[in-house]
Amino acid sequence: MDLAALANCLSSSACIVTQSTGGLIIGMLLFLVAAGLTLIFGVLKVINFTHGSFYMLGAYFALTIFQLTGSYTLTILGAGAATAVVGLVFERLFISRVYGQNVLMQLLVCYGFVLIFDDVVKIVWGVEFKSMGMPPAFQMPPLFIAGGVVPPFYLFLIGAAFVIGLALWLVIDKTRLGKTIRAAAHNPSMVAALGINTGFLYGLVFALGGLLAGFAGALAAPVRSLTPGMGFSILIESFIVTVIGGMGSIVGAFVASLALGLIRSFGSLGFPLFTDGLMYLFMVIVLIAKPTGLFGKEIA
Amino acid sequence: MTNASRIHVNRRALLKGAAAGTAAAIAAPMVARADSKSIKIGMSTILSGRVAQLGTSSRNAVMMEVEKINGAGGLAGRQIEMVIRDSKGQPQEAARLARELINTDGCEILIDAEASSGAFAVHEVARDLGMLCLHTNSETSALTADPKLHLPNTFRTCRQGVHDSIAGGAYAANIAKAKNLSKWMTASPDYAYGRDTTAEYMTYVKHFKPDVELVGESWPKLFQPDYTEVLTKILQTKPQVLYTCLWGGDITAFIDQGNIYAVFGQTETFAVNMADYTALTAVKNLPRGIHSGNRYIKSFPNTPENTAWGDAYRAKYNEYPTNWSWENATAIQFLAAAAKQANSSDGAKLAEVLKGLTIPSPFGADGKLTLRADDHTLVGYAIGWGTTLPNEPYIADMVPGDWNQIFPLEAEWKKSKNFI
Repeated sequence: MDLAALANCLSSSACIVTQSTGGLIIGMLLFLVAAGLTLIFGVLKVINFTHGSFYMLGAYFALTIFQLTGSYTLTILGAGAATAVVGLVFERLFISRVYGQNVLMQLLVCYGFVLIFDDVVKIVWGVEFKSMGMPPAFQMPPLFIAGGVVPPFYLFLIGAAFVIGLALWLVIDKTRLGKTIRAAAHNPSMVAALGINTGFLYGLVFALGGLLAGFAGALAAPVRSLTPGMGFSILIESFIVTVIGGMGSIVGAFVASLALGLIRSFGSLGFPLFTDGLMYLFMVIVLIAKPTGLFGKEIA
Repeated sequence: MTNASRIHVNRRALLKGAAAGTAAAIAAPMVARADSKSIKIGMSTILSGRVAQLGTSSRNAVMMEVEKINGAGGLAGRQIEMVIRDSKGQPQEAARLARELINTDGCEILIDAEASSGAFAVHEVARDLGMLCLHTNSETSALTADPKLHLPNTFRTCRQGVHDSIAGGAYAANIAKAKNLSKWMTASPDYAYGRDTTAEYMTYVKHFKPDVELVGESWPKLFQPDYTEVLTKILQTKPQVLYTCLWGGDITAFIDQGNIYAVFGQTETFAVNMADYTALTAVKNLPRGIHSGNRYIKSFPNTPENTAWGDAYRAKYNEYPTNWSWENATAIQFLAAAAKQANSSDGAKLAEVLKGLTIPSPFGADGKLTLRADDHTLVGYAIGWGTTLPNEPYIADMVPGDWNQIFPLEAEWKKSKNFI
């Protein structure tokens, strides 16, 4: 424990800016993955263990698209779209067969595909780790804001993740499609009785989850090493986010992701040997105070 | 002719065939033993999971050397047949495979190409079964330094932590003296290897430069995807020197993420595991001037033999060898030399010869490698530090470690651990 270091940091604007930016980076990437996870759970009541694999596929798609086109914009859009297609196909062919079944059956199908996707990555891209490299537009020295160090790429990454998150919220909250999705989450039988194709809707939700995970993978690819199985660690943290934020709540996922990011960032100064423990401690405190999570609703 | 009579005839034929087959099966093992000159060598390594590439490169190197030896007549006249299994990096699986390779597959010698956790498990199997076992990848010093672990039938053919720490500490201290650097920070993976190696390294840095002060530590998890909190802590701590023993995909992610914070321009960085081709070729924007120990580099030692070995490996497998490659190739080279000297492939006889054996090798500091007699470990290998370049040969200005400096300090270290 090094509380003096933490206190020093909190008394310095430079340190606060640097650590906060770091926390936002961790948080926003986590949010993009966790938002898809919580969306799928909220509507379909499926704990999608393959979601980490979608993130991994997004990163690998990004690697290939960037190598082919050299355009980072195309890379992000292409990786998101390709992962959305994977999500759609996965839902239509496999997950749709286990709706309403024992949760263990759903977990088994998902876990089986975690292994399959890992092996597919090994076959297509190889077992060795890969690095995409920083797009040339962002190969520049860091900015200094109030004395704090802020890499331009991370500013872009935070902005892009924020825009994607905002767009997701607008779609879910303000559009007819979003209302239908929310209605399906609440009462799927009624939605089906009104003549809405719920199968299509469920596939769309999975595709949307895949899109978000694909975006996250593409945004992370320039700074993270790509390896088969890379989705697992972010999946665990995403589950923590969904539990803290409340299962099914996108706003909860956003708040919880940012909170975890900042806890990690500042915690590494004050509690260098207990940074991971702080995340779980936070989760325990939230669950004791509000067992449904920060924005979770009681199931009637 | 009815179907029944046809079946009758076939059944007789079948019975005759079965009788003949049974007789042949009973006789076969003896015949096989009498006629076959092959010797099975078992090998367990990590062929799947995050470090599969290292295991694959171990297998590749072994197969390349075995081909050469078989082409030259085999191990004391017996062709080597490798039986290679995947432990998935799990110690209990490595131990199970070691027993299976010996008891079921009939292997007479074992290559333990596991990381440290698996190597200690296999070591206990070697204690139990008594076969000749060569540890090829575990760099944990205690494996051969601790007398409680000493066995007459086990040897280590790879580098080890304490040697690297002494050579690395001496090199770093010289740089620090020249540039007057005293504030150090470490960022290493939070498991046994990271903790032990970092502690040993800092011990020797302080040994050679006593005024060094450790101003910060960071212990990211093994395989952690994001190092932002580590990097921002480095920026807050403002060390003059950063040491890390992150490796593989972790060091490449750390470098990629550190680049955008311009960390490496502000601190003198020592990354012991950077100079392995897997990491060097994966990083897209490798900064110039990061100090690294050699893992495997075909230009160090800068001899025609070493370059030729690296090129031959690359030509055969279309990729560069790794640190684990040369260590496994060394095991096979030692076995071949021992068999030649003993004129036998018997494990016990080979073990007797291996004790203290010196062989010519492309990986030796002076063209030779020795399996030291008293602790059965490899000494005299090329050990050195240099600085990174963004392109081939990736490492320049290599400064060789001095074995005359390493040996006495290693002995002191052993005394401090009550190993001698």
